[in-house]
Amino acid sequence: MTATARVAGVGAGAGAASHDVVKSGQRAAARSDQSAGGEAKRATFHVWRGDGAGGEFKSYETSVSEGMVVLDAIHQIQAESANDLAVRWNCKAGKCGSCSAEVNGMPKLMCMTRLNDLDLDEPVTVEPMHAFPVVRDLVTDVSWNFEVKKRIRKFTPRAPDAPDGTWRMAQSDVDRVQEFRKCVECFLCQDVCHVLRDHQKHDEFIGPRFLVHVAALEMHPLDTENRVDELRTAHGIGYCNITKCCTRVCPENITITDNAIIPLKERVVDQHYDPLRGLVRLFRRGK
Amino acid sequence: MADYETHAHDVLVVGAGGAGLRAAIEAAKSGARVGLVCKSLLGKAHTVMAEGGVAAALSNVDDRDSWRVHFADTMRGGQYLNNWRMAELHAKEAPDRVRELEAWGAVFDRTPDGRILQRNFGGHKYPRLAHVGDRTGLEMIRTLQDYAVQMGIDVHMECTVVDLIRDGERIAGAFAYDRDRGRFKVFESRAIVLATGGIGRAYSVTSNSWEYTGDGHSLAYRAGAALQDMEFVQFHPTGMVWPPSVKGILVTEGVRGEGGILVNREGRRFMFDDIPENYRSQTADNEEEGWRYVQGDKSARRPPELLTRDHIARAIMREVREGRGSPHGGVFLDISWISSKMRNAPDHIKKKLPSMYHQFKQLADIDITAEPMEVGPTTHYVMGGVRVDGDSQMSTLPGLFAAGEAAAGLHGANRLGGNSLSDLLVFGMRAGEYAAKYAAETSPARIPPDEVDAAAKVALEPFGRATNGSSAEGPYQVQDTLQDMMQDLVGIVRRQEEMQRALDGIAALRLRAAAVSVTGNREYNPGWHTALDLENLLIVSEAVTRSALERQESRGAQFREDYPDKDPAYANFNITVTRGRKGEMIVSRVPIPPMRDDLKQIVEENK
Repeated sequence: MTATARVAGVGAGAGAASHDVVKSGQRAAARSDQSAGGEAKRATFHVWRGDGAGGEFKSYETSVSEGMVVLDAIHQIQAESANDLAVRWNCKAGKCGSCSAEVNGMPKLMCMTRLNDLDLDEPVTVEPMHAFPVVRDLVTDVSWNFEVKKRIRKFTPRAPDAPDGTWRMAQSDVDRVQEFRKCVECFLCQDVCHVLRDHQKHDEFIGPRFLVHVAALEMHPLDTENRVDELRTAHGIGYCNITKCCTRVCPENITITDNAIIPLKERVVDQHYDPLRGLVRLFRRGK
Repeated sequence: MADYETHAHDVLVVGAGGAGLRAAIEAAKSGARVGLVCKSLLGKAHTVMAEGGVAAALSNVDDRDSWRVHFADTMRGGQYLNNWRMAELHAKEAPDRVRELEAWGAVFDRTPDGRILQRNFGGHKYPRLAHVGDRTGLEMIRTLQDYAVQMGIDVHMECTVVDLIRDGERIAGAFAYDRDRGRFKVFESRAIVLATGGIGRAYSVTSNSWEYTGDGHSLAYRAGAALQDMEFVQFHPTGMVWPPSVKGILVTEGVRGEGGILVNREGRRFMFDDIPENYRSQTADNEEEGWRYVQGDKSARRPPELLTRDHIARAIMREVREGRGSPHGGVFLDISWISSKMRNAPDHIKKKLPSMYHQFKQLADIDITAEPMEVGPTTHYVMGGVRVDGDSQMSTLPGLFAAGEAAAGLHGANRLGGNSLSDLLVFGMRAGEYAAKYAAETSPARIPPDEVDAAAKVALEPFGRATNGSSAEGPYQVQDTLQDMMQDLVGIVRRQEEMQRALDGIAALRLRAAAVSVTGNREYNPGWHTALDLENLLIVSEAVTRSALERQESRGAQFREDYPDKDPAYANFNITVTRGRKGEMIVSRVPIPPMRDDLKQIVEENK
């Protein structure tokens, strides 16, 4: 791999840029003359290589420069010495949620994990998410998540507010669900959730991502459905014991536990365990 | 014989971004059996990166807006090379497509009286972009994704189409491999919609994801359809330039729509220096008026930071070239200055531009509410694509449709910001509707088995090539060389002699691409995937270069240093490329049909 490329993003062929400009994406080793120090620094990455049948960590050394993120290093290793190293990514800007992995044991988006936040005197470990089966190297089979979503009752709006078929909503009302709709479906919250990760309750529990999804539907100002029964039964909300791990790893800073899961749990309690309502129900049934 | 599994659909949609999802939904609504193929996981397509908003003349914020103004803005932005029928349909139908998204669950930002809020954007006369902060693309794709899933559409995720299969003169299906296991798949389908997005990965500085390797463009071209307007590659004026590893990542035009200004290293707001003639009457001539405009003052004209993207990209380049750029080779984009104009400016910025705040904080350690950003042009969008019929989106090859960035026509020589998301919705829907109609009226096609065998053989070749020790070359080196070459020789500023060199370079790279070898096996092997992408990248690179050579003028997104002016002789035709009998690329000039009188009148009224 050529380490430095003269690339003119600004002023192609102009010759005015007094520094080496580097391409984004697959290669980022070239240094800017703005960064301090003379020689390129080297860092070691322990990358998990293998497939569903098993695998092991392999060690790769590569050069690092200012501003690099873990995904840059992985791409560099891929281009230099491991062409077939499998990794998912798309946007490289924290918007698509594809490059989820565990960096030094923490669930992270690789594109948003800067190397200067890590101790590069020690090897950096990069491994696939633990809560899902490995396909190959850093890529896991997350298809279960797509199946879960199919089981959630769809958005069902009330009749339009205006004769032209449109609705009126206040910004303060939409703010609440907009927080949940920021979710990029990286599934890091699913990865860190002990109900899925340690106890493998994938058949009984939909996980924090889909509780956020249900919350977005339930609190949608236009929605008319009621998903509370399923939350308690098919979706297994009772398994969540509010350890808040999901909130901590969310790259979009969604307050998953406090703003989505706890209010849903309250709805379940209100609807199914409220003694006053229970009496009313009993009374009605008796009629 | 090749080993593969077969799937039968009436309509096959290739690509699951905004256009592909909308096409699939529409085709499925008509009762067709729809298959949707995408290279990534569902919901990760490039559409998620669209930030600013979707352009639609809802007239919620400014009642002077209408489809007529939107039409005129789009035509002016495209320098009148647009397919005017598409520009008409787009302007008329975009509002319904946006309202429909709301009915499917999308949650847009609101006006004080509770309707969908709209923001300012470059080239749009009035605030027109329905948006959700600066993550409109994510909102749109998630809404469409969830709706399509609820409809029960068959989705083939992480699957790459490598060839279209013809039965004589008609489309019969597609040959593909699944990325995780590397197994081959054959899709039988009477109609195919290409919604594969763009070609940005042919360049080294780009806002595009790895998926943008010109697949749809190349598949259509190889199958015999015509491509059009390929010389028009849009360089978005504001990509990140620092730190190096994020170079090219987009900074939304929404920053300028919310009042962000461009300044050079001397602190001069240089966009006032050169306002093009055809925009002068609509552009503010002082800073105060520009600020009033972004604050919603209807008597004010828009600031020059909201001129079209081609113009701003060139203005930034001029500053850099003349030594007035920022330390890392861009200029400064400053939104923090609005603190001098409004109280609580930092909170306002975080609310209006949350993704940008997050992106700069995390990737560049810069607080955009307090400091300017460094920005410069980045390859962003191709106006060119498959030549299609304006109403039906069918290509010149019966049964093959294209929509979104993979199709040409709507945007002419330059696309206005926000017109992409509306394009996806309007023409995604039309492509789906007409593809389903076509499939219903057509008898099943036959997949010739020898074509499948031949395609499978070609796909596996990179594994079989001898690796002569150190002389064996991997696919990444070829890809990198191509990207650097296109950036240098067929980039923002173009010259005859450099583009001729690029053609020689492409021919040489074709030989290298035919010899690359890959290691490992077929399971989730990015090296292999990259090797197969090379042909597509080379085809689109050649198409861009040959079309750019043919257009000996500067217009819209194309700037020719050797022909710096607009030439009226080039105003009335599109440039197309098709594949000749011997595989050579044939460049043609296709006259633009005269615009309907009523539309001409609208253009005149809005001048």
